[in-house]
Amino acid sequence: MSRVKRILFYAAVVGVVLALVLPIITFFINAFAFRWFYPQFVPNEWSLQAWERIGLIPREGQRTLEGWWRLLSSGSDVINALGTSLALGGLVTVLSVIIGLPAARALGLYRFRFKRLVEFMILAPTIVPVIAFVLGLNINFIRWGFSGTLLGVAVVHLVPVMPYVVLTLSGVFANYNPEFEEQARTLGAGPLRTFWYITLPSIFPGLVVAALFAFLVSWSQYLLTFLIGAGRVITIPMLLFAQASGGNNAVTAAMSLIFIAPAVLTLLLSARYLSGEASAVGGFGRI
Amino acid sequence: MTHVVLQKLNKVYPGTTQAAVQDMHLDIPSGQLVALLGPSGCGKTTTLKMIAGLIHPSSGDITFDGASVLPIPAERRGAVMVFQNYLLFPYMSVGQNVGFGLKMRGVPQKTINQKVIEMLELVKLPNIANRRPKQLSGGQQQRVALARALITAPKVLLLDEPLSNLDAHLRDEMRELILSIQRQLGVTMIFVTHDQEEAVLLANQIALIFEGVLQQYAPPDVFYRQPISERAARFFGGVNFIAGTRRGDRVTTALGDFVFNPAGKDSAPEGAVTLTIRPEQIVLQPADTRNSIAGRIRARIYVGTYTRYKIVLNDGSEIEATRPGDVGSLEEGDAVRLAFPEDRIWVVAQR
Repeated sequence: MSRVKRILFYAAVVGVVLALVLPIITFFINAFAFRWFYPQFVPNEWSLQAWERIGLIPREGQRTLEGWWRLLSSGSDVINALGTSLALGGLVTVLSVIIGLPAARALGLYRFRFKRLVEFMILAPTIVPVIAFVLGLNINFIRWGFSGTLLGVAVVHLVPVMPYVVLTLSGVFANYNPEFEEQARTLGAGPLRTFWYITLPSIFPGLVVAALFAFLVSWSQYLLTFLIGAGRVITIPMLLFAQASGGNNAVTAAMSLIFIAPAVLTLLLSARYLSGEASAVGGFGRI
Repeated sequence: MTHVVLQKLNKVYPGTTQAAVQDMHLDIPSGQLVALLGPSGCGKTTTLKMIAGLIHPSSGDITFDGASVLPIPAERRGAVMVFQNYLLFPYMSVGQNVGFGLKMRGVPQKTINQKVIEMLELVKLPNIANRRPKQLSGGQQQRVALARALITAPKVLLLDEPLSNLDAHLRDEMRELILSIQRQLGVTMIFVTHDQEEAVLLANQIALIFEGVLQQYAPPDVFYRQPISERAARFFGGVNFIAGTRRGDRVTTALGDFVFNPAGKDSAPEGAVTLTIRPEQIVLQPADTRNSIAGRIRARIYVGTYTRYKIVLNDGSEIEATRPGDVGSLEEGDAVRLAFPEDRIWVVAQR
């Protein structure tokens, strides 16, 4: 690299880091500040008051094992919403992978009539705005008794989730040799064991990436949960939106940190599946 | 030791009208090494996969020792396939690969480990059980694939182009290994190839297949001496074809009459035929003039172990003859006489 190129390269790196990391740093400061007013560069006093108020950390003097236990079993709004969000994300992930695997295999391995159309239909939810279909869907969901249930919300989350899962997995199958399965069959493995010993290990990196996408897309849904959940399925984004539209800055910041935590955590834990050789298999390969 | 019979086997893929395999009838006695030979897309791999149980035939039957195997799924049929690109499972060690078939049969791990060592010795690759497939050369991977297939003591071993990915030196080695394993274990082996040389090197019997139809099923040498058709002869490197009319043991052509002596089998009827003779069977400058014609050498191609002569005949057609490399003294432009020994001439019906 020439000198000028190197300078430009590092400038770009610094720019990206500032644009992405600086806002998050302000969240951290806000969430742990006692008060943070102009013209202070950093707050003069720090505290955990925001975390106490949303019920994730016991008040001063009660931070014993017993105090923690009482708090976590108290069923505060945030803890309940965390549970709902996790359960919802888990359910959506499992459902989307079960539905997406066969679809991705067909798209990645086989040629068939109207394949382009099928691909377009699967990608359509990324283009069509949620509001365009969710109101009509809501009427039917109410009729079927799906409205306001965790399963109903999970099913509707599948709409924005499926494109990511199918796209990621069909990339995996585009580079997949199904003769490995035939080889296992003639060696004495039945269909189930062929899937367990041959197919699953081969597609595992891509499967992890697809599952992460599914979980994160579900985790960050607001409008769909709001409408189909009918106020009975409360997830973290619902609390965050309520808080953000007229609450205490410190509490909003603390909740925002909870909101982005799974994204950061999963990306860190799964870095090896998202980089290098595995991403060539698991990433957006040709479809 | 399994006697395999294909009876009137047909395969028509959905959405196609042309049968991939058509009325295939093939009797493979136990302990034989049979080649399914044909150009790519002729249905030979489809046939192999039907025997393995990976593709279900449209009609017809496949029997092992007289019993139909069509109701038996691939994993219990006992016909193990070795694919052309070996397909060693990349995330398993060599030992795990070789032991895979026994693991699927629920054999205890201790027994598996013992058998793996035995099998790797059989294919002459001891002490590599802990390596990864990636660390092996192509030839070694193929031998591991062979060991993995043989560990389950299959009734039939199916090989997809077993020699075609190997260079000439490894080919000889692999050929000897396969033949020695076959002698040792007596397992019936069926392999597919598009390369007639590979088929001749390895097989006891060759089944020549064009467009899904079995053309000829015979030992390798028959394809050189008595091919069923001009196309079969061309597939085995035949280059000399002369149109003529047959009456009894006499063929009349534009170049004159030839007498031929159909030794045993005879494939052409009276009437329009094509006469063929292999280049190495033509006698240049014969002692007498029986069955001989005149020509002029257009090109002399020295190949080392032999010399090829391209000879223009009186009617302007061209014929090729070869002689061992150290027999010399014929040059380009020389007039030459060539004789077709009557027991080396073969005639096939004209298409």
